[in-house]
Amino acid sequence: MRSGKQGTSVAEMAFHGSAMEQAGSHDRARALNAFRLGDRAFYWITRISAILVLLLLGGIIVSLIVGSWPAIVEFGSAFLTTQRWAPSAEPPVLGALSPLYGTILTSAIAMAIAIPVGIGIAVFLTELCPLWARRPIGMAIELLAGIPSIIYGMWGFFILGPFLANTVQPFFIDLFAGVPVLGSIFGGPPSYLSLFNASLILAIMVLPFITAISRDVFATVPPVLKEAAYGVGCTTWEVVRHVVLPYTRVGVIGGVMLALGRALGETMAVTFIIGNSFRITPSIFAPGTTISAAIASEFAESDGLHQSSLMLLGLLLFVLTFFVLAAARLMLLRLEKKAGKQA
Amino acid sequence: MNFFKAIAAAGLVAASASAFSLPARAADITGAGATFPFPVYSKWADAYKKETGNGLNYQSIGSGAGIKQILARTVTFGATDAPLKADKLDKDGLLQWPMVMGAIVPVVNVEGVGPGELVLSGELLGDIYLGKVTRWDDPAIAKLNPKLKLPSAAIAVVHRSDGSGTSFNFTNYLSKVNAEWKSKVGEGTAVEWPAGVGAKGNEGVSGNVGQTRNSIGYVEYAYAKQNKLTYAALINKAGKTVQPTVASFQAAAANADWAHAPGYYVILTDQPGEASWPITAATFILMQKEPADKAASTEAIKFFKWSFEKGGKMAEELDYIPMPESVVKQIETTWTSEIKS
Repeated sequence: MRSGKQGTSVAEMAFHGSAMEQAGSHDRARALNAFRLGDRAFYWITRISAILVLLLLGGIIVSLIVGSWPAIVEFGSAFLTTQRWAPSAEPPVLGALSPLYGTILTSAIAMAIAIPVGIGIAVFLTELCPLWARRPIGMAIELLAGIPSIIYGMWGFFILGPFLANTVQPFFIDLFAGVPVLGSIFGGPPSYLSLFNASLILAIMVLPFITAISRDVFATVPPVLKEAAYGVGCTTWEVVRHVVLPYTRVGVIGGVMLALGRALGETMAVTFIIGNSFRITPSIFAPGTTISAAIASEFAESDGLHQSSLMLLGLLLFVLTFFVLAAARLMLLRLEKKAGKQA
Repeated sequence: MNFFKAIAAAGLVAASASAFSLPARAADITGAGATFPFPVYSKWADAYKKETGNGLNYQSIGSGAGIKQILARTVTFGATDAPLKADKLDKDGLLQWPMVMGAIVPVVNVEGVGPGELVLSGELLGDIYLGKVTRWDDPAIAKLNPKLKLPSAAIAVVHRSDGSGTSFNFTNYLSKVNAEWKSKVGEGTAVEWPAGVGAKGNEGVSGNVGQTRNSIGYVEYAYAKQNKLTYAALINKAGKTVQPTVASFQAAAANADWAHAPGYYVILTDQPGEASWPITAATFILMQKEPADKAASTEAIKFFKWSFEKGGKMAEELDYIPMPESVVKQIETTWTSEIKS
């Protein structure tokens, strides 16, 4: 994105530069004409870029729909409510319920962990951290975002998975044994590959998005607001809760949405550690699957209706992400309105 | 998004593959497909390149993908572990023959159990994969292993998450020996696994079993050996306990009736014979009968001919079983009569 912008602005400057030279030797009207031409070219370059994005998006949607059409015709709405995933049954029965469940559950758990921790880190970095430590901690967080997801997958598989299965999972299983509902949510046996492990990895992966964006927007809060609040005797918590967060709400929610988008679509790391099993069990320590993990592990060997169903899964993820983003926009609008009324 | 990247990458690979086969003087032979024979194909390709200067570019992307690529004519040959039936071959104008044979072994990671010590029957293996036998101290396992002290722990079942020829042969075997498996799950490259976790590729399953305590999985024998995994012995059709060795694989292979199978469609699981390893499998090559690039096709046939003649020992070193002489003769006649060059 950034390099593209620079590219066009350099081109524009070159345009203007040559136009100026002309203005020196030729008449004014011609120079102005050149400026106008430059402006128009710039306008069209940017407009075409924007249209290109729309075309690409439309193309992807259309090809997904075309690819998944046989599955849509075959299964209809039952695709959404069927838990069975049996590509080699006669006839094949394919349902999206368990990957949908896995996608939503892992993202929800990941966000439940990552939002408080991520915002907490950002608050610490901007409000409480000694100045000399801000840079190293901030950079460490940003480096986390740069680690390729396959590395997270391998780390989750070889180190985090065994660690969780031998320590954290047995602890929760023993703690809630016999308790209704919680007992089955945290039901055993411990597993190296599970929905819970995948959620935890996702939480670590999306943390930098939330922290980096929150930190940047927290830094935009005018110091005078904070100083005024401290001046009337607010605690740090009160300043964060009543001044910083309301002021930066839009930006923070934007960061959270970006993180959620990544969590919903993350493929490689999740495929490594989720266990790739098309079953829905009440326990979060059981293996499961997500939409992207299912596509990644089955697409190469699929054909016919199976492949078409995987395309339909892709379409579902597309729709899911779209609705999540739309819901976020709506929420922001309503928040804005409410804030407007209060003021 | 990664999914689109994968498609784009596949497209690029396909494009470069077809670009490679265009020049008249064929530089590299291109093939794609099964992961099961990849170790032996790459060893052959290495030796072949040293001898003739011609290289082989084999992408081990899975049997199903290999079939797709040869149908799309983006490669000179495809490789698959699950053979195509004769009518399908005729319909698509493909020629199929077995290239080499290998074996699939159950592998376990249980404390105190050494390689070959654990004995399983096909039916028991099916019950474990059905999720009916869930603990290592189950009486059904104890009955076959009176001397072993097995832990009181849950069995962690590992299967393939990607579609695969290894899974096809494994589930084909389970369908033959376990009636409930046949009715509930059946056979296929990707089936509806009733229990366990999925891992990608033979290497994924070996990694998972090596990593997870009290687990069981199934892999191609070479992967079990390379990763020093604990394999289990199986009870074969004759009721005898057999260890996975080249001798027991060969015993199973010797039974196969290649001469009377149209399109060489033979599945080697659950073969009779006292010494036969029950999950033996052949892996197949697919080529177009009327190739678009005749020169490349001729080069590929040269490579296969060379492999049949000189590759036997190399295959055995990697614990694959070379095709018997008589079958090779038959295949060579098929080449001359069927492939137009």
